[in-house]
Amino acid sequence: MSSTPHWTRDILQPAAVLVVFSAISAFLLFGTHSLTAPAIARAERALKNSLLAQTLPADRFDNDLSQAERPLATDPLLGLKRPGSYFVATLKGQPSAVILEASAPDGYAGEIKLLISILADGRLGGVRVASHHETPGLADFIEAKRSPWIQQFNGKSLQQPSDSGWKVKKDGGQFDAVAGATVTPRAIVKAAHRALRYFEQHRATLLTPETAP
Amino acid sequence: MMAWPESREVLYNGLWKQNPGIIQLLGLCPLLAISNTVVNALALGLATTLVMAIASGSIAVIRNLIPSALRIPVFVLIIAALVTVITLIIQAYAQPLYLVLGIFLPLITTNCIVLARVEAFASKQPTGLSILDGIAMGLGLTGVLIALGALRELFGKGTLFSGFDLALGEMASNWTLTVFPDYSGFLLAILPPGAFIGLGLLIALRNFLHARYS
Repeated sequence: MSSTPHWTRDILQPAAVLVVFSAISAFLLFGTHSLTAPAIARAERALKNSLLAQTLPADRFDNDLSQAERPLATDPLLGLKRPGSYFVATLKGQPSAVILEASAPDGYAGEIKLLISILADGRLGGVRVASHHETPGLADFIEAKRSPWIQQFNGKSLQQPSDSGWKVKKDGGQFDAVAGATVTPRAIVKAAHRALRYFEQHRATLLTPETAP
Repeated sequence: MMAWPESREVLYNGLWKQNPGIIQLLGLCPLLAISNTVVNALALGLATTLVMAIASGSIAVIRNLIPSALRIPVFVLIIAALVTVITLIIQAYAQPLYLVLGIFLPLITTNCIVLARVEAFASKQPTGLSILDGIAMGLGLTGVLIALGALRELFGKGTLFSGFDLALGEMASNWTLTVFPDYSGFLLAILPPGAFIGLGLLIALRNFLHARYS
């Protein structure tokens, strides 16, 4: 039992075994990743397209939204950590709305990524959560498919409600929240409000129609 | 081939006598977190069963190649790799399911029931029996998850089978069974404490049945 460790038997051999198993695992993961990466990318793009289309009433645009992607620089009002994208919705060739990628950095469990559509007249077309890490079963009511909660943003603007109304009801504002999960809705309300301010500042450049080639 | 008496023993152990959910009390993390509706419980239960069957089977195959001092790190490595592979495949080809299970899919790695069965059973038993043990234990856990999910969904939301369309698509959109119409909801049942209380009730029921019929 108490013999001194043997260099090869107790150290090198076990290390070699671990290396072999690690290499096999790494190879397995590499193979699966290479095989599934295109399908995952496709599934995520399809999801993004359907998310984009959901943020706007169907009669507000007639273009292919995923083709109308343009770069969006980082801005504190949007909360993006890296430059993102925005999408210009057009109706009969005229820009009718923009869909901004934005982020609420102060969710309960980190960043909540959002897609926020703003109509040309400055009203919100809709807000959708693109990805989040909030508590499953408790704070996932922010997903449109689980709860109509996120619909309450439709039609809101900087004037309606005024600044003091852009809070959850618990903080004296206009927006519903769910008991036991206030941090999450608070973060989204603030992010939507900031995105509207961003739109107000950059309205002209965001909505400029692309020059025909 | 597997002998029937042994197989029967393995099945009986997994599904009832040594049920991971209410007897061994292993794998409580997903049990408590995701058992708030039937659909979540079913989806995670089946994913865990799949992982357990494959992990137990592959470890039983190489059980004689693994030095005993290194078995735990090697088991964890294999389980983590398998879970990642299954997560990637589900993400690629069954995205709705992936979106429903979210973080709990990769977290199957840390579910101690998987490691416990590999260590206690698959590392010592033949491959076929080990796969069966993984399946039986997984289904035992799934059963408890579903019972708990049904209990919590019923008392928390007054419905059963809500949200099946998230996993199965449009065809399941009207599967939701409203048991108590105009039910105002009972948040405690949906929140984690509801899972503890529900699990306690299930264990009590099982002990009652066990004492009565054996």
